[in-house]
Amino acid sequence: MSAFRLTGLCSCRGVSLKVIESSCNLSRNRRGCLQRPLLNGTRLFSSHSLNSKVPRVPTWEQIPEEQLPPPAVVPADLVDKLERLALVDFRTKEGLACLEKAIRFADQLHLVDTSGVEPMDSVLEDRALYLRNDTETEGDSAEELLKLAKNTVEEYFVAPPGNIPLPKREERTAMLKHSEF
Amino acid sequence: ASNVAPLIHLCQKLVGVVGLEIHAQISSNSKLFSGSPVCFSAPPNSQVSFFDASLPGTLPVLNRRCVEAAVMTGLALNCTINKKSLFDRKHYFYADLPAGYQITQQRRPVAVDGVLTYSFLGGKKRSQVVRKHVQIKQIQLEQDSGKSLHDDVHSQTLIDLNRAGVGLMELVMEPDMSCGEEAAAAVRELQLILQALGTCQGNMSEGQLRVDANVSVHRPGEPLGVRTEVKNINSIRYLARAIDYEIQRQIGVMQRGGTVHNETRAYDSKSGETIPMRDKEGLQDYRFMPEPNLPPLIVFEDNATLPPGVDSSQVVVVQKIKEGLPELPSVKREHLVQAYGILPEHSFTLVNEEGLMEYFEEVMKATRKEPRKVIGWVMNELLGQLKQQDMSVSQSPISPAALAELLELQETGRVSSSGAKQVFQVMWGSSGKTAEQVIQEQDLGLVSDATQLHNICQKVVDSHPTEVHAIRNGNAKVLNKLMGLVQRELRGKADPVLVMEILKQKTRGGGC
Repeated sequence: MSAFRLTGLCSCRGVSLKVIESSCNLSRNRRGCLQRPLLNGTRLFSSHSLNSKVPRVPTWEQIPEEQLPPPAVVPADLVDKLERLALVDFRTKEGLACLEKAIRFADQLHLVDTSGVEPMDSVLEDRALYLRNDTETEGDSAEELLKLAKNTVEEYFVAPPGNIPLPKREERTAMLKHSEF
Repeated sequence: ASNVAPLIHLCQKLVGVVGLEIHAQISSNSKLFSGSPVCFSAPPNSQVSFFDASLPGTLPVLNRRCVEAAVMTGLALNCTINKKSLFDRKHYFYADLPAGYQITQQRRPVAVDGVLTYSFLGGKKRSQVVRKHVQIKQIQLEQDSGKSLHDDVHSQTLIDLNRAGVGLMELVMEPDMSCGEEAAAAVRELQLILQALGTCQGNMSEGQLRVDANVSVHRPGEPLGVRTEVKNINSIRYLARAIDYEIQRQIGVMQRGGTVHNETRAYDSKSGETIPMRDKEGLQDYRFMPEPNLPPLIVFEDNATLPPGVDSSQVVVVQKIKEGLPELPSVKREHLVQAYGILPEHSFTLVNEEGLMEYFEEVMKATRKEPRKVIGWVMNELLGQLKQQDMSVSQSPISPAALAELLELQETGRVSSSGAKQVFQVMWGSSGKTAEQVIQEQDLGLVSDATQLHNICQKVVDSHPTEVHAIRNGNAKVLNKLMGLVQRELRGKADPVLVMEILKQKTRGGGC
């Protein structure tokens, strides 16, 4: 399922690279060029002449279930805890099922042999951390920032007296029944 | 035999176990991850950048001064500096934390495994310097949150983000302390060290140094008891009181057969008690995750390990910081003992009391009196008065120069030592008057006129033949009686040394 989507994305990226290289007028930030090849439906910018590293044929293999660890189960109280800590809403059983499928998809990573490899927690790990001089360069933005808040009192932002506890699941369902989402 | 063990167990007293978590605000011009100014008491929200307000699209940029401050503090506390340290996000929701997370260093902080040596005056007369150690688990860099002002009248909280993003050093101390006095002494020493380094101004009432105490009780040798966290402590004095109250409270609970709950309690200075804070729905889960926007922080050991061609403003070198460390309080105390020959407990008090060491050294510059005697005046007369009236050294009505003048007058015999103490009291009450002025006004000057003294001594000797006879026969103590009579004649203003000499002369026998 996602295998095809993955390849599709890759080739799209391959195409957009070519577009950027061949056309100097396009700025790097314009994402519009990604859309065009898809809409046209033609593979105008196929990249064999440029030694693309993208495989011409999908190399994805379906991993047999037996090789994977047992599927993770997300118990109800963990769902409640996550909803409280991260303010996400799993909504319905389908939402939870989607989460479990996503975890299952990621389980494939367990098959990779990582012995002797330090875990990476940031793609920036090889970069030098930039150190700034200790000078005042900003911070005089009171007016602009206060304008962003609906409610201010004498240059202070206004918040409720304490954290408003998350409504219970039943109450939330009732609240959402009448909302547009 | 099996009946004895539980009895012994109960006979062992419950003792307190205290660990401290200290947040020290880094003394810097700008914040930890943004270029906003750091200043106390500025108009609300006037020192907030887009990053501090957590507007989307902003990124943290680390302030080099904050790294240097953390390394300096780590070195002063004998820590191991981690050459590579990492930043993490600690997530929780509160209105004064606009991002919903705080950037901190949970996995690998910049400094670990240090020790703080502190002292306090103990023993029966509180004159013995007791030295103790507390292990420093780690020192980490983290962001401060904004300030919340609770407006109960309108049922709202007012948020000021000036403090949001200011750099903090969190120091975690192991539970090596056992009572409020030890904790207070440890924090005082830390305060002195941070102030000497210049990394933190250490003013607890202004929130530059915040201390939370973790308190539990147990019987020695047994596992640690359940601990409570005590917050809202605004001074070193309250720290000692809060901890001692909490230890007693927990002992009381245990003795009544109850159990201590793992909770957060606030110290109420008015009542001197700790009160449970609003319940924190069970254990908080901060969902720590690596900060994706910051690469690891690398500090270099010395210039030899620097990568080639690197800009000096882009590196922090431990060796350089080590070489630049100023004189720490413990060294200062040693120097005072060496330089002036004073006792360690006096040196301790001189360094411990804000401004007292400077006062003492000023006095020493202006008098020939020997240091140990000057110390007596500074500790007893000066400090005694200051403590009684709850004043600081800077508020003393008698300046170092004025005290030095008084001491000189005593040295030269212008006034007796008891007279000098009287003069001191008068000077204290009437600011600005010099010692000489007071001596004249109060007529406390010693009579040293030889002729006058001789005449009076002669008069006394002539009118007390029995006493003179006793002295000549070897009873020297009677001299004191004669001395007393002379003093009475002169209303106590006789220079005792001179009078004694003259009396001895006159009673030696063989005419005058």
